[in-house]
Amino acid sequence: MRFDLNDEQRAIKQAVHDLCESHYDLATAHRTADGEHTDKLWPALTASGWAALAVPAEFGGQGLGLLELSLVVEELGYALSPATFFNNAAAGVLIATSGGAEQQRRWLPGIASGEARAAVGIATRDGAPLVLDGEGAALLVMLSPEAVRLVDAADSDQKPVSSLDLTRQMTRVTSARANVLPNDAQPALDRVEVLLAAELLGVAQHAMELAVAYARQRQQFGRPIGAYQAVSHRCADMLLMVESARSAVLSAGWTADHEPERLPFAASVAKAVAADAAWQVATSALQIHGGIGFTWEHPIHLFVRRAAVSSRLLGSVDHHLDRAAHLAGLGAAERQPELVSA
Amino acid sequence: MDLTLSPAELTFRDEIRAWLRDHHPGTGPSGVEPQFEFRRAWQGTLHDAGYAGISWPREYGGRGATLMEQTIFNEEMVRARAPSPANVLGLLMGGPVVITQGTEEQKRRFLEPILSAEEIWCQGFSEPNSGSDLASVQTRAERVNGAWKITGQKVWTSFAHHAKWCMLLARTGNGERYHDLTYFICDMRQPGVSVRPLRQITGESEFNEVFFDGASVPDENRIGPVGEGWMVALTTLLFERPGLGAVSALGIKMELEELAELIRDRDLDRDPTIRRRFGKLVVDAETMRLNGYRGLSRLEGSGVPGPEGSVVKIQWASVNQALTELAVDVLGDDAFLGESVWTYRLLRARANSIEGGTSEIQRNILAERVLQLPRLR
Repeated sequence: MRFDLNDEQRAIKQAVHDLCESHYDLATAHRTADGEHTDKLWPALTASGWAALAVPAEFGGQGLGLLELSLVVEELGYALSPATFFNNAAAGVLIATSGGAEQQRRWLPGIASGEARAAVGIATRDGAPLVLDGEGAALLVMLSPEAVRLVDAADSDQKPVSSLDLTRQMTRVTSARANVLPNDAQPALDRVEVLLAAELLGVAQHAMELAVAYARQRQQFGRPIGAYQAVSHRCADMLLMVESARSAVLSAGWTADHEPERLPFAASVAKAVAADAAWQVATSALQIHGGIGFTWEHPIHLFVRRAAVSSRLLGSVDHHLDRAAHLAGLGAAERQPELVSA
Repeated sequence: MDLTLSPAELTFRDEIRAWLRDHHPGTGPSGVEPQFEFRRAWQGTLHDAGYAGISWPREYGGRGATLMEQTIFNEEMVRARAPSPANVLGLLMGGPVVITQGTEEQKRRFLEPILSAEEIWCQGFSEPNSGSDLASVQTRAERVNGAWKITGQKVWTSFAHHAKWCMLLARTGNGERYHDLTYFICDMRQPGVSVRPLRQITGESEFNEVFFDGASVPDENRIGPVGEGWMVALTTLLFERPGLGAVSALGIKMELEELAELIRDRDLDRDPTIRRRFGKLVVDAETMRLNGYRGLSRLEGSGVPGPEGSVVKIQWASVNQALTELAVDVLGDDAFLGESVWTYRLLRARANSIEGGTSEIQRNILAERVLQLPRLR
């Protein structure tokens, strides 16, 4: 047993971290929040071939695993990047896992090259499905509790709506025709849950780093506030949550690639822990920043907003805790919680 | 990354599993003393089979195995519900400190009787005025005719009434608090040592007060240089926990299986609140297990246990406490009678966030040593 990244996996993570640092820093994320929507990261990511990472080799991809893909997505979460890459990668995983042969031939090569990228939409309680950063996508993949549907963007219409998460643009989609994925969608959805968990882990990691840096530097009563246990123990709890989320995300990625029969439990553990960590750490980081953390200018609210949305996609924390209880011996719940939020 | 056991580890696990199936001694007699002697005999059986010191070097009676194999062995013991060996502190701390910091003579003198449980060990660190602030201990050791004369009081000393040897931290100077402590191995069977049991909130007595009134320690029973006892003690404390995270998580998972059965028996398995609380425990126990394994991989890579063990210690205490609270809620008014194993566990779990370093001290360690936040002190 070796519960640790190998050199190649470390290199993947570092390369994407560096790419984000040079193309999409927090100031850029803030400009996105203020309405300047140009995703400088997506062209850089496709130019370096990252979109092809986990697409099977027969469709023009590199054929690496969900673990490797989750390392990329974690770094994009750390940067609060737009959803373009995440969407395209998630759509690739959904089609590769549960799509039919014709659907795979039709869409996976464009997903791998980034030339015909895909976006993921989520069914909502009422009204048309919502898509994050879906404009410009060639394919829309619509998730609902009943089925996964593929919609050719040419057959659809997207209308911008306001978004709680200011770092991603949201649209409502209406479409004439859809094409259902023929195979059981749950294994594919579980893989996307792992990717969401990885994104949330990155969000939590970065929010913790901001809080700790501020606690070291901000002085009150003649010493850094990080010297007071009311603050330092908050930081220690952040570390506990981030490390737990990291263990759960790594384990779930590895499980998807090597022991898929155990994925339902691993995916729910990862999603529940990472979603909780992202929200708790982001809001705790806001608290540590005091009044400055409540201002528009400070980036911490972007983390809070991102955590508030991503933590509820594909099942809330409560949904995944219930599913873990089910899988650990309590049997199924009477009512299945809805896909977006329980 | 590879989360499966290697072929060698699998073979080892199957060997242990088969051996435990054939040699499991049952639960043993009730009563503290008969149970202790039962566990001493059980440790003797383990030692005869070569299983008492899995990760100890071969030349000192161990198996020279990896920490991973030690963890596999401990997990199989938990899974088989086998009793724990009697000489817990000797195996976890006394042996490792002698192996890593003792002289060749000390290794030959002390190690074998630890493995066989002929000589039980206890730990004399905490004092009435030195709990979390361990470096402030006041027990004194003075040189008298080439030996050391010990005066002072220790507290929370588990196994003191069974122990032959005590790992003793005592002050040998008046200077800087981290550099005038010395680490001794003190004979408990001598006139200058008296032991008084402390009764716990559960009604049992797992630990004691120990009074040293002119007890004598020959200089050859000193570990490490005079004045360097703090570093010796710190190293021992770090070696206490590697791999223990994964093993305690398995213990918690087995209790969760019991709890699931109790929830189903009481027809509460459709109650959304109970399900959510149970699910939270399941998830936390799983991340604790994974954190334990990840720490073990890190230790095997670097050779040094890191302060990350504090994460698992905090998790263990809070999960175990929440688990007993949920079980007692499920029991309802049956819990008022105080005869259930769960009501015992409810009370016993309160010690988890205190014993082995309080959860507050663990948070200090994470804040200062991992996050590099400034110290208040």
